[in-house]
Amino acid sequence: MINATNVHKFFYTPDKLHALRGVSLSVAPAEVVVIIGPSGSGKSTFLRCLNRLEYADEGSILIEGRDILDPDCEINEVRAEVGMVFQSFNLFPHLTVLENLTLAQQTVRKRGKAEAEKKGMELLRKVGIAEKHGVYPDQLSGGQQQRVAIARALAMDPKAMLFDEPTSALDPEMVGEVLDVMKNLAREGMTMVVVTHEMGFAREVADRVVFMDQGSILEVGSPDKFFTAPEHERTKLFLSQIL
Amino acid sequence: MTQYRGLDKPKGRSFFLFWKAMFVAAMLALVAFFWVASSSVEYIWRWNRVPQYFWVNEAADVRAEAEGDVTIIDRQGNEQRVVVRDASGEEHTHMLPGEGKVLVSSGDFAYRGDVLGRYQLNKPGILLEGLWVTLEVSVLAIIGGIVIGVVTGLCRISINPMLRWGAIAYIEIIRGSPLLVQIFLWYFVVGTLINALLEHVGLGGISPLWYGVMALALFTGAYVAEIVRAGIQSVHRGQMEAARSLGMSYAQAMRKVILPQAFRRIMPPLAGQFISLIKDSSLLGVIAIRELTKATREVVTTSLQPFELWIVCAVLYLVLTFTLSLFVQYLERRAIR
Ligand SMILES: Nc1ncnc2c1ncn2[C@@H]1O[C@H](COP(=O)(O)OP(=O)(O)O)[C@@H](O)[C@H]1O
Ligand SMILES: [Mg+2]
Repeated sequence: MINATNVHKFFYTPDKLHALRGVSLSVAPAEVVVIIGPSGSGKSTFLRCLNRLEYADEGSILIEGRDILDPDCEINEVRAEVGMVFQSFNLFPHLTVLENLTLAQQTVRKRGKAEAEKKGMELLRKVGIAEKHGVYPDQLSGGQQQRVAIARALAMDPKAMLFDEPTSALDPEMVGEVLDVMKNLAREGMTMVVVTHEMGFAREVADRVVFMDQGSILEVGSPDKFFTAPEHERTKLFLSQIL
Repeated sequence: MTQYRGLDKPKGRSFFLFWKAMFVAAMLALVAFFWVASSSVEYIWRWNRVPQYFWVNEAADVRAEAEGDVTIIDRQGNEQRVVVRDASGEEHTHMLPGEGKVLVSSGDFAYRGDVLGRYQLNKPGILLEGLWVTLEVSVLAIIGGIVIGVVTGLCRISINPMLRWGAIAYIEIIRGSPLLVQIFLWYFVVGTLINALLEHVGLGGISPLWYGVMALALFTGAYVAEIVRAGIQSVHRGQMEAARSLGMSYAQAMRKVILPQAFRRIMPPLAGQFISLIKDSSLLGVIAIRELTKATREVVTTSLQPFELWIVCAVLYLVLTFTLSLFVQYLERRAIR
């Protein structure tokens, strides 16, 4: 499904920074991979490389066999197959909740209005806020906004979903409702890559846990092994700080 | 300012009453000053002379252009025709509106200059015509300015060096020279060249009005471009990323996500720019476009009532600009989110 090999990424502003130092990760269909690691370790950068919101400088990234670093790659087609959920929701504030879900269906998937709205309402019911379909995003709580954002990504019928700290901007009492939606998604067999600090979620849902530090993957393992018997000193230190 | 209300000791009611009264008093004093000053220079106010420049309603004569016999009097559609045949047999046709009155009958002899018929002239006066031209020029230039401004604003943030440098060059050149000079350039340089070329290929020339509109539209476009650019850049980059991550193209994301949000924010500065444009259109008088200011100048020279007419002129501009700013406020309120 997702095949990243030896990915390097440099940033040049404000200073030259080697943000990803040869990251390799394969994700199988229906697999849930959770990425954890300290702030600034390159988790977001790596995730954003996977749908080319950042252009990786070296290495190869294949999404369903398509090389997205190839200049001839139809990146918009690939992105439609890979949903992304952001820490700050990034809902479209000038559109209603339902319009947020139908816009890309109509412009990218070329669906008719009625079909797009039907699909949109289905997904809103699935994430539990169908009754809010007519309101604007700023009238929703953070948890509701993030659920709409997930539904918006799902409306494209993606084959995989990327989550970048989806609950970090939420008040504690709203974290659960978003995680529940994600757990359901995992149970239904969605391929997921999730950056999060929610260790309970990782333990319960992840097939594999990846620990990143300073632009590299230090350790990969099953949640059981990862949380009970981590190999690396850095992993141990991080887990002791966060748990 | 009112946003700091509550930071200082609360003001009593008498404070506000006193200063409101002072405002009214100052206004009255200003009016009184003008009145006293104008009477000391023995200016005679004649407001009753102003309406005729708004609407003309007066009797008009149709006079014979030649000497001879009146041969035909008949109706031609909506008009009446009076034909005079002169000594050499040549026929001179005179037309007058259907509701006008013909004062001669067939077979009469008419001398040159005789009144053949009379009708009531009922049409907009020169000030209203000038107001209309100002409105026309402003609306056309605003539409042109928006189109040019949005395109240039998008080029300004393009990664294509030709588009970006082109936009920067255009913006800097336009903003770096006086509008009056640009109007002269358009009319006397570009206009002369284009009209000469058109004549060369056998086409008619373009009227000064269009050169005026072009000058104003290009001038405004440069400022609108900077406003649009700032508006686009004020939209959070997460919006573009979210749109693109759904598979939308750059153009789709711009059109459906970024520009609608940017436009809500740039409404107030755009309104200010267009109000300037309406006022700047007064410069077009220099290339023989009879807009409101030029019309007023012409009327002043014939009527010799400069005080009234210039006040009226200013009030008419105020009506235009105030209407525009009310309209923009209405749009803003409708697009509140
Ligand atoms: N657009 C960018 N420009 C410059 N530096 C960046 C940019 N994005 C991220 N970085 C830097 O790259 C490093 C990794 O960032 P990030 O991937 O956001 O880390 P994480 O998500 O693990 O906290 C950080 O040092 C960050 O400052
Ligand atoms: Mg991050």
